[in-house]
Amino acid sequence: MYNFTPFTSLIGGIIIGFSVVLYFYTTGRLAGISGILANSVTNKLNRFSNFLFLLGLVIGPSIYFLFNESSGTFEITNSLILIILGGFLVGLGTRMGSGCTSGHGICGISRFSIRSIFATIIFILFGIITVFILQQFGIHL
Amino acid sequence: MKDKILSLSCGVIFGVGLVISGMTNPEKVIGFLSITNDWDASLIFVMGGAILVTCPIFLLLKYQVTSLLDARITLTEIKHIDRRLVLGSALFGVGWGLVGLCPGPAISSIAFFEPITFIFLVSMIAGILFNKYIAN
Repeated sequence: MYNFTPFTSLIGGIIIGFSVVLYFYTTGRLAGISGILANSVTNKLNRFSNFLFLLGLVIGPSIYFLFNESSGTFEITNSLILIILGGFLVGLGTRMGSGCTSGHGICGISRFSIRSIFATIIFILFGIITVFILQQFGIHL
Repeated sequence: MKDKILSLSCGVIFGVGLVISGMTNPEKVIGFLSITNDWDASLIFVMGGAILVTCPIFLLLKYQVTSLLDARITLTEIKHIDRRLVLGSALFGVGWGLVGLCPGPAISSIAFFEPITFIFLVSMIAGILFNKYIAN
């Protein structure tokens, strides 16, 4: 586990948790990103607020880069087929399953929702299987 | 107006958390899903750290009916596990494993100016619209 970063990941997680709590306490809405994205595309209610949250997701890292020498590591596959198929499945799956890593994995689990605990186990499991299969074909390292 | 300022602020805080946690890097997420080869358990600490904050606060606010901005709090209390939840989560898991991006980091990745992530975003929105189409 040479890439293991428990400390910074824990700090980042705590900051994410603080955002979720502040958003819920003030607006009454849960910060599930796939839901916010889907609503900003397909729902007129709170559309501009949802869009602003998404804009914040881009501004946050940008501000962080301003104060940090490193502009952050970003390594992604260059296969267009993986990108297009992956993006489509993430969009379709998160809406069909009513949540993603934030909605089910953070908001749902901390509310002890059985559906969210179940969903989180399923998407992590299928993620693990997918990565394992791709590694057998030498696609992921 | 307050709603808009808070939405933007919460998005910024969430984005800072994501980048500090390392989860904006797809390779790191793939490292978490790669349990048989150089497993990187960091993602557990991200979720753990977040839940450490959210869990006690959600418990405290359990019987809250209106938010600070006077919005009605309506949380779904659906308990049964249906086919859509299972199939949707499985499809999401496959897509997540293919690239290493889930919705939050996918949007934050715009800050890295990598053209390929825009293709991912367009495909993701296509998936969202396709779900709406088949649900009707």
